[in-house]
Amino acid sequence: MVSMKNLFCIAIMAMLGVSSSAVADKSDYLMPEMAPAPKDNQTTTERVQLGKALFFDPRLSSSNWISCATCHNPALGWSDGLATAIGHGMHELARATPTILNTGFNKFQFWDGRARTLEEQAVGPIQDAGEMNQNMGELIGELSAIDGYKLLFEAAYPGEGISEETIGKALAAFQRTVVTTESTFDLWVKGDEGAISTAAKRGFELFEGKGRCVICHSGFNFNDNGFHNLGLKEEVPDMGRYNVRKVAVLRGAFKTPTLRDVTLTAPYMHNGMYATLEEVIEHYDRGGDVEEHLSPNMESLNLTKQEKIDLLAFMRSLDSIKPLETIIPHLPQ
Amino acid sequence: MKKLTLLLSLLLISTSVMAAEHVVLQKGKAFVENDSVVESLTLAVGDSIRFVNEDPFFHNIFSLSDLSTFDLGSFPQGDSRTVTFDEAGSMEIECAIHPEMYMEVTIQ
Repeated sequence: MVSMKNLFCIAIMAMLGVSSSAVADKSDYLMPEMAPAPKDNQTTTERVQLGKALFFDPRLSSSNWISCATCHNPALGWSDGLATAIGHGMHELARATPTILNTGFNKFQFWDGRARTLEEQAVGPIQDAGEMNQNMGELIGELSAIDGYKLLFEAAYPGEGISEETIGKALAAFQRTVVTTESTFDLWVKGDEGAISTAAKRGFELFEGKGRCVICHSGFNFNDNGFHNLGLKEEVPDMGRYNVRKVAVLRGAFKTPTLRDVTLTAPYMHNGMYATLEEVIEHYDRGGDVEEHLSPNMESLNLTKQEKIDLLAFMRSLDSIKPLETIIPHLPQ
Repeated sequence: MKKLTLLLSLLLISTSVMAAEHVVLQKGKAFVENDSVVESLTLAVGDSIRFVNEDPFFHNIFSLSDLSTFDLGSFPQGDSRTVTFDEAGSMEIECAIHPEMYMEVTIQ
């Protein structure tokens, strides 16, 4: 039996052009309060404090000039605003700097997923010749000579010392705290009908339906921890995930990024080739540009101008109302 | 000679009857057997697994195990692919597109 109140709601929704399915339970889209941490590296204040110091410390690089935050800049959506990253010796890298926002929820790290854990990921760029170009043994020696770090490591990991393992653990602990915050979309999911515009609601329907976005951008973090070739034009094709798993479908496939705080993390795609979300929507509308190795899940969408506007409105509703702010620490001496 | 042919025929028939086919669904980005997420399976040599995609998007099941390799290619909702396991040992099976979909198979 449909009550008068429900009938009234349905009539209002029909007038607004929003179907009842769009306001069904969407609790799967709500973020957990904290990123999960492994048993041997539970998140503590001391570990986050140490990890934060390491994250902002340029002494982690061989040049003593590049820190993790050089590329993962909190003022630029924890990325760098560049199409592709710049590393050691002003060397331009092949891929865009992925934001670390919500990376604590990811099951695979790096664009090609070559690291399974944040602990493993965190020590990769430090030692990569093109990125921070640091010798781990030398770094451990440098940090061990700094009294402030000796105290921080002992407080965070009593008796474990300063090692590659504890450096990775601390950086991972800090990165797990770099998360997006509540968005207007979240408020809508929780029942505040006025939190997002009618255009954004239509955009959400497109996102789950005609736009096919949800095939990859699924769940609370709007990613599927999966790998897809989106048919991007590249002068030198990057094989991506195929370098990790030699399976044909993975040629040129890259990890699905989160869409939360997406307006803060331009440019877009693994090679940063699109400066705006409008360009990204046009790319998907075309169904990609390169058919060779194209994901079988890609197809042209034939979106109308209004539908593209609505999709954009929806994506903007995923932005944190108050984006995470961080206080840059004084570095241990 | 006639008896020997009959014996061999019976043997072949009994072998084929004993080989079992396991049906593993790809459902909700997980491997599912008998309505439960399956992370490991024990099979007999000669058994097969029929992978059935019930998700509204493509999956691509493969194995790069030391024992044996296969790549079933990408297949959409409603399609299925079958793999027969002819050697004893263990294999890891994943979806290339969604590597959280992972299961271990022990063949005895």
